[in-house]
Amino acid sequence: MKDTQMTKTIKGIAAPLPLANVDTDVIMPKRFLITITREGLADGTFADLRFDNAGQQRPEFILNNAPWTQATILVVGDNFGCGSSREHAVWGMRQLGIRACIGTGFAGIFYDNARKNGLALPVVSPETRDALLQFAGNTSGAEISIDLDSRTITAGEISVPFEMGDATRTSLIRGRDDTLDSLEHAGAIRDFEAGLEHRMRVSVIK
Amino acid sequence: MSRTLYDKLVDAHKVCDLPDGDILVYVDFHIMNEYTSPQAFSGLDAKRLGVWRPEAHLAVVDHVNATRSREPHDAASKLLIDNLEANCTKHGIAFYGLGDRRQGIEHVVVPEQGLVAPGMLIACGDSHTTTYGAFGALGFGIGTSEVEHVLATQTLRYKRMKTMRVTVEGDTAPGVTAKDIIMKVVQVVGAGGANGYAVEFAGSAIRGLDMAGRMTVCNMAVELGARAALIAADEITEAALKGHSHSGQFAFKGESWVSGPEAVFDEEFTISGADIEPLITWGTSPDQSVPITANIPSALDYVSPKAKAALERSLQYMGLTEGQSAQSIKIDTAFIGSCTNSRIEDLREAAKILEGRQVAEGVEAIVVPGSAMTRIKAEAEGLRGIFETAGFEWRPEAGCSMCLAMNDDIAMDGERIASSTNRNFEGRQGRGARTHLMSPAMVAAAAVAGHLADVRDFK
Repeated sequence: MKDTQMTKTIKGIAAPLPLANVDTDVIMPKRFLITITREGLADGTFADLRFDNAGQQRPEFILNNAPWTQATILVVGDNFGCGSSREHAVWGMRQLGIRACIGTGFAGIFYDNARKNGLALPVVSPETRDALLQFAGNTSGAEISIDLDSRTITAGEISVPFEMGDATRTSLIRGRDDTLDSLEHAGAIRDFEAGLEHRMRVSVIK
Repeated sequence: MSRTLYDKLVDAHKVCDLPDGDILVYVDFHIMNEYTSPQAFSGLDAKRLGVWRPEAHLAVVDHVNATRSREPHDAASKLLIDNLEANCTKHGIAFYGLGDRRQGIEHVVVPEQGLVAPGMLIACGDSHTTTYGAFGALGFGIGTSEVEHVLATQTLRYKRMKTMRVTVEGDTAPGVTAKDIIMKVVQVVGAGGANGYAVEFAGSAIRGLDMAGRMTVCNMAVELGARAALIAADEITEAALKGHSHSGQFAFKGESWVSGPEAVFDEEFTISGADIEPLITWGTSPDQSVPITANIPSALDYVSPKAKAALERSLQYMGLTEGQSAQSIKIDTAFIGSCTNSRIEDLREAAKILEGRQVAEGVEAIVVPGSAMTRIKAEAEGLRGIFETAGFEWRPEAGCSMCLAMNDDIAMDGERIASSTNRNFEGRQGRGARTHLMSPAMVAAAAVAGHLADVRDFK
C-alpha cells in the first residue's frame, strides 16, 4: 500500500495554543460542516479564533503572526479536541498544514480520528508541555522535532519522551488503510457472526 | 474473577486480536446521520467496497433539518439529506427521513424503536452515542473514517479503555433531576477527567432513575471525556424493553449485564446524592457550573494564574461579572430540546412548571420534541397546549435544532440562552451565543422568570 511513504519524523515550527478544553466546535465551526466532501476545510479551521465577524484576521491569534503562520505543530492545552465526533476538525487541521499536536491528553474520538488522518498526537506530562509551550512561544522560529520511532520530542536543549500507543504509532508511520486491512480478517468476522444466535442479529425494519 | 460490565461487553464482541494490542470488535448495530456519513459512503465507493450487513444499520435525518417545517431551509442542507437517502437506497439501508413517523434525533429514536438492548455494541458517528449505556449496552461515538470501517466490515478496531466507577449514593432532594446529577459528576470529575475511560454509574441515586433519566446521565458522560458510559441492566431496563417495534426480535439474554460483585475499577468517585442541587453552567465548558442558589466564581476562588486566566476568558465570553449571583442572569431565549433532554418525560417535567404560568416578556421560548413519536405522544397528552398557552413555540418537526445550530436555529452574537442541551462551548449555539446548561424544568423556570431561576421556587 502506502508503505513507501513512511513518516518517522515530524519536524517544524510549533505554535503555542495553551487554552484548555479546545473543542471541535472551536476547531471547526458548524457552518463549515454542511458538506458532503472532505475538502475545502482549511479556511474553516479555527475560523472564529482566526477571523473576526467581518472576516478580518484577528491580530492577537497566534497562527496569524510570523513565524507561526508557518506552524506545522501545535502545543496545546489540556483536553484538546473534546466535544463532537466531527472528523472535519481533523481534516481541516491537516488541510491547514498541521501535522502534530503535543498535549497532556486528548478526547478519545478526536484521538482516533487523528490517527486515521496522519495527525500525530504525542502525549507528554504537564511540566513538559509547559516547557514546550514556552519554547514554541519564542519568536525565533526554532523547530520542534517529533521522532515517532523512538517516541522522543526534541526542541533546542529539550529532549523528552512522549506516550503513544503502539497501534497508533504503527498506523501513523505506515499510513495504512484500516478498512482494507481489517477486511483481511473477513473470515474471522464471518466466524463470529456464525456464532451469534438469530435473536442477536439486528435487522432494522425499513 | 469478577469482571466489570464494560469488560464483559468488550469480551462478548471480540472478533480477533490485531497486532500492537488492538482488537477487532463486532458492531451489532450502527446508526448514521446526514452530516458525519457522506464521506464514509464516498470512501466505500472509492475503494469499490459494499456494505457488509445492510440490515444492521439505520440512518436518520436529525442534525441539519429545519424544525419549523418539513421543507429543508436551504439547498446545502437539502443536499445532505438527499445524499443520505440516496446512499441508503443504493446500499439497502433503513432510512428514517423527514415525514417518517419514526424520524427524530437518533438517540431518541433508537430506544423508542426498541433497537437497543442490554449486551449490545452500538456505534454511531455522534459523540452522544454513550446514551445507550443506560440500557447496559456499549455505545460510543466514532468519526467518519470509522463509519466507513463499520459499513465495510461490521467491526471496529478498538483499544480497551480503563474503567472508572462513579457512585452516586443516597436520595436526591426534590427538584434535583438526572441532568443535575450528571452536571454534578462533570463538575467533580472535570471535562476530560474521564478521557481514556469507560465509566460505569452506580449507587442508589442512579438505580432510582427511570430510563429517560439514565439516558440523560449516560448521554452527557461524554462531556467527562468518557468513551463509554454504562449502567447495569435491572428490572427497570427490562420493563423498558417491552412493547417496541423491534424488541421482540432480539434480546441479549443469557448473560447478566452487570459488573461482578468483586470487579475492580481503575478509578472510583463517590458523590452523595444529598449534596446535589439544581445546577446551571456559567462558563464555556460543561464542568463550569454552580448551584442555582450560588454566585458564579470570582478570581479569589482560584490560586493558579492559569485558572484565573481561564475564568476571565470564560466570563468575558459569557458577558458576566465575577461573583454575580446565578439568579441575576437575565436570558433572551429558552430552549428545550436535544438528545440529552427532549424525551416525553422531559417535556412533562417542563410542562409542570409552565402550567398556569407565562413566559416572561422579551424571552423567546422554543421547544423541539426529540422525535415525531415524542411530539405525537406529547400532543395526545395535552402538553402542546400547556407549552403554547405559556408562550412557548412548539416546533412541528424533530431534530437537534438549536443544540448545535446546524440548521436555521442559530442564536445571535451575544444572545443568552437557558438551554436543556449538553454543551456550552463558545459558539456552540451560534457565533458569540451564550449558553447556560440546565435541566428542562429549570429552563421552563428561567423562561417564566426571565432570568435563571430556582425550579424549587415554582411549586
